[in-house]
Amino acid sequence: MVATNSVLGLYDNPDAGANAMDGLKSAGFPLGSFDVLTGTPYPEGAFGEYVPQHRLFRFPFFGAMVGLMLAILFTAGTQLAYPVITGGKPILAFFAMLIIAYELTMLGAVIATVVGIIFESRLPNLNLGAYDTRITEGYIGVVVECEDDRVEEARGVLQTAGALEIKTA
Amino acid sequence: MQQRRILDEFTINRELLRGNLNTPKWWLPTVLGLLVVVLFGFTLMGIMFNKGVGVTGLNRPVYWGLFITSFVFWVGISHAGIMISAILRLTQAEWRRPVTRAAELLTVFSLMTALFFPLIHAGRPWRIFYWITPFDFSRGIFPNPRSPLIWDPFAIGTYLTGSTLFLYVALLPDLGVLRDRTTGWKHSFYTVASLGWRGNPRQWRLQTVAGILLSALMLPIFVSVHSIVSWDFAVTPAVEGWHSTIFAPYFVIGAVHSGVSAVVTMMALMRWLWGWENYIRPEHFDALARLLIVVATGWLGFTFVELIFGVYSLEAPERALREMQMFTWPWNLLFLIFFLCAFAIPVPLWFFKRVRNNIAMMFWTSILVNIGMWLERFLIIVPGLARKQPFVFTWDSYTVSYLEWGLLLWSFAWVLMLMLLFSKFFPLIPLFETKESQLFTMDVKIGRANMPAVIRE
Repeated sequence: MVATNSVLGLYDNPDAGANAMDGLKSAGFPLGSFDVLTGTPYPEGAFGEYVPQHRLFRFPFFGAMVGLMLAILFTAGTQLAYPVITGGKPILAFFAMLIIAYELTMLGAVIATVVGIIFESRLPNLNLGAYDTRITEGYIGVVVECEDDRVEEARGVLQTAGALEIKTA
Repeated sequence: MQQRRILDEFTINRELLRGNLNTPKWWLPTVLGLLVVVLFGFTLMGIMFNKGVGVTGLNRPVYWGLFITSFVFWVGISHAGIMISAILRLTQAEWRRPVTRAAELLTVFSLMTALFFPLIHAGRPWRIFYWITPFDFSRGIFPNPRSPLIWDPFAIGTYLTGSTLFLYVALLPDLGVLRDRTTGWKHSFYTVASLGWRGNPRQWRLQTVAGILLSALMLPIFVSVHSIVSWDFAVTPAVEGWHSTIFAPYFVIGAVHSGVSAVVTMMALMRWLWGWENYIRPEHFDALARLLIVVATGWLGFTFVELIFGVYSLEAPERALREMQMFTWPWNLLFLIFFLCAFAIPVPLWFFKRVRNNIAMMFWTSILVNIGMWLERFLIIVPGLARKQPFVFTWDSYTVSYLEWGLLLWSFAWVLMLMLLFSKFFPLIPLFETKESQLFTMDVKIGRANMPAVIRE
């Protein structure tokens, strides 16, 4: 089995980081195997990076459906299980059920959205691989995932773009 | 609106993490002082649970008093977070950046505090679980979803859970920064809490989408929560002054008024305590004061409409209540203080730019608003119950007991203590948002002019 390595080049300005990304693309490293790490959300496309589509928008719908079903189960279930007429209202009081249904639907949507954000961000992943703490101080990290036989080539491309330091993990 | 200094990421980290990486001298004595008040409050709760609610001033017919007033007040304060964070995020207002985290935090802690009050008020808080959850199958006791008192826990529970998750998701990048600046157990804690955040484009993109998506989801919840709180009163036809169709929007706009004012108070405190002059600038207070003028004027409109609805019906009990609220001692004094504090003093002052840019003035006027808004809730809740009804012979007026005042004091100390504890472990101003705003201040050349990339503030 061929080992996968993580090679990181550290740059002190965004232009050098973008050049490194271009270099890796030109050297034939497949899209998705290299990425840029920053401490600031740069405008999309600032580094010519490849960002695959996410499916976050499906999550709230799923969560909302689950929340709605739970709400119906709670409101209808409790009223039918203990059918006492209060205030002349019907046992299954639609307006009152609607309020709880609304809240639980929204709650389901919010929880599912947060789960979706974490899942789609590929978190949790406590193994950071090749990483440098200076990235959160304004430096730009360009990281390549490659097999043993391409490590030297990756280091060369990162160095050519002006890396201040190169790390391998 | 170009008062900002250009700061690099290193400086932003150093300045905004000052309270996290080093402990300011004032921090520990302040937290200990607040802890004494908090423990005093919990002792008062213990006394009340032991002796019963008879130790409060509550008695027939005023069975809702300071506790429920404080509950509505703190729910109102909690509306700051989503109002500021979600609306300004959706409209991409640049000046939101230093404000959002503190506003969201205020939402979470004030909601947690608000939840205490109905529990304390119930006298036997452990019995509330029978009332809310359908778990007591052996005794056949089930919640009654037709009661607004059941709607409350669902609304507030949803809002609290959503706000907490919203706060956490926006904290992830900053937890990554703290992970990179700490060692030992703190490093391990932040490593786990940040979930391994690295800051790749996919994570940043999802962070941006998350901000917008969660804002869009939280906004309807924000409107529903105070509407539902208002229905605790509005669906009660037996009490004059409560049974009003306008209560939902009236409560929501009142909550926004008090909540945004609380954010102003907190921002002034943050600027003074941590010396964040580069981040919380007079222009932010100016923008919030402009927003407050609009909100306060809208709220005043609803207050008048609510009053006119009551008087216009020409029903004798309703008119008698309004007369009592406004012209009978001691309610007339409270009404005057309420109106002066919530509108008549602060709003005309905010029309002056010199006041809007004066942080001390903004601090004190925002405190005035919240004194007024607390009194507003008191004047809605208590006089309606306290007015003498015909053919009812057990009667007593309401005097707030020392225990109730003590618990009101406890609530402020509790919120402040939680905020200070949070500030020790997490940044109060979002680092990544601040850094992003610095990117947008870079100049763009248009013809012969150099313009900042973002001119909208």
